[in-house]
Amino acid sequence: MFLALRDLRFARGRFALMGAVVALIAVLGVLLSGLASGLADAGISGLRALPLTHMAFDEKATSEQFSRSTVEQEDWEAWSKAPGVERAEPFGNTLTNAQVTQGAEKGEQVNLAVFGMTPESPLAPRPTSGKGLAEGSGGIVITREIADLGVEVGDVLTADKSEVRLKVVGLVDETISYGHIGVAYADLDTWRHLHYGLPGDLPEAALRQATAVALTLEDGADVTAVEKATATRADSKETTFGASPGYTAESSTMALIKGFLYAISALVVGAFFTVWTVQRKPEIALLKALGAPTGYILRDALTQVVAVLVGATAVGTAIGLALGSAMIGKAPFSLSAPAIATSSGLLIGLGTVGAVVAVRRITAVDPLTALGATR
Amino acid sequence: MTSTSTDHRAASDAAGSGGLRLLDVTLTLGDGDTAVTALDHVGLSVAPGEFVAVVGPSGSGKSSLLAVSGGLQRPTSGEVHIAGTELTALSDKERTAARRRHIGFVFQQSNLLASLTVREQLLLPLHIDGRLDAAARTRADELIDAVGLAHRAASRPHQLSGGERQRAGLARALMTSPAVLLVDEPTSALDRVRSAEAVQLIAEQTHQHGTATVMVTHDTAIMDAADRVYEMVDGRLS
Repeated sequence: MFLALRDLRFARGRFALMGAVVALIAVLGVLLSGLASGLADAGISGLRALPLTHMAFDEKATSEQFSRSTVEQEDWEAWSKAPGVERAEPFGNTLTNAQVTQGAEKGEQVNLAVFGMTPESPLAPRPTSGKGLAEGSGGIVITREIADLGVEVGDVLTADKSEVRLKVVGLVDETISYGHIGVAYADLDTWRHLHYGLPGDLPEAALRQATAVALTLEDGADVTAVEKATATRADSKETTFGASPGYTAESSTMALIKGFLYAISALVVGAFFTVWTVQRKPEIALLKALGAPTGYILRDALTQVVAVLVGATAVGTAIGLALGSAMIGKAPFSLSAPAIATSSGLLIGLGTVGAVVAVRRITAVDPLTALGATR
Repeated sequence: MTSTSTDHRAASDAAGSGGLRLLDVTLTLGDGDTAVTALDHVGLSVAPGEFVAVVGPSGSGKSSLLAVSGGLQRPTSGEVHIAGTELTALSDKERTAARRRHIGFVFQQSNLLASLTVREQLLLPLHIDGRLDAAARTRADELIDAVGLAHRAASRPHQLSGGERQRAGLARALMTSPAVLLVDEPTSALDRVRSAEAVQLIAEQTHQHGTATVMVTHDTAIMDAADRVYEMVDGRLS
């Protein structure tokens, strides 16, 4: 460290330039993580909030199952009797448009991601104001995103086309969304009216259907038999995120961008330290001639690398956090400590890898070149 | 170091320890048709406190003599002894350690590190050896004083004149109290007056610290200060 820190101070202009690049990448890293978390929240926070471990979909539905899958009453009954299954119940999922027909914001268009469930189920919402769901009442419980449009408890919404009337009975004051749309909870009967687009009495068959079976499984439960018997397939909760519209595409795009960012930063850091090490060759030869073991010089160089990376990443992360906080509410953005720690850690880690490759050439410097060297 | 102890060390060298001894050293560079004999059966013995100058035109093998004596390069055959240790029998790692403990180099144009002050240049060899303590700092200040750089202790190389750099390089080489001091073309960047001063200083420090000093140079005008002068031609010493 004797030399590393003095070199940092002496060549501060060069190191500041490189540090600025790393810091800017760190800013971008924080913003991208925030955006990725924000997009994920907007896409699947509704699913994440549900107390379940798995969902069983119609095995014929293979992608975006929430819009393609239909399960029958026999299915969730079979599931609830199967070994290893703690709880199984019907879950309905539908995207719908509605208009405020009674209330302060009369005429306002509202998009709803409607989750249907039995009112006594643990899946049912616990409203922060108003009442909970009741079977067959036509009542819904809305979440913050819908309330932000001016919809209040007591308002009445009318679904487009089907003309199904929805009375807002309660509010969960949290941002809970699905497919970038605010979630509204409904009892199964109301959900079926919306799903099939039919007011009035529903046909017999429709009364026995839902989108998926919401499951709570014991750890390591083997459900192959019941899957086969019901022609359904149980996906873990995390896997179901991929079944929601756009989620897989969004998260893989963000992952790709982040991947490129880290690769670029590792290359930039590697390139800088390659040039720096080549430039230092006469000094390295001198150190070796003075009897410095290669390990001493490598340790010194790596200390410098880590000091620059940690410093620059810390500055960049701080700026990113400040910018990100200003973006919350204006864009799908949320700051999650683990995501930011991972992003900063990767930046430092991969930068170090890039630099290690560069400073490895220290081992190849011949101390003999210190003799007669003209500098 | 007093002259008495210098004499004592000189006497012990006669018994085979201390100082620098080259026994029948040959160094061949390259191989096959392009092979060049840089050192041709060279024998040399320098006692502690003795200042030997080796002169010769460029390409005569002077630099190879320093490289082999300082453990930077292994000779093709022959033995190099430093302070009673056979350098040629050591592993690369041990040779590196021997360089940092027993050998002081003064390089052409001094070779200082750009980011360090004069004082830090002196402390560096001891930091490398893990011996940077209060005694080392005191010694650094004494040596800076001895080479007349007290007013420059906090300056960096780019702020120094050529002569000052050379003196800082000499002081750095003496920091570890080396048994052997190897000096490579100390005057290549200096004018005549400064050259004479620099070599005079090397001679003084050699006698005072009891180092076995070998200086190679092509500048025949600066040999007066040396105790003995050898001439090198085509890898042979005479």
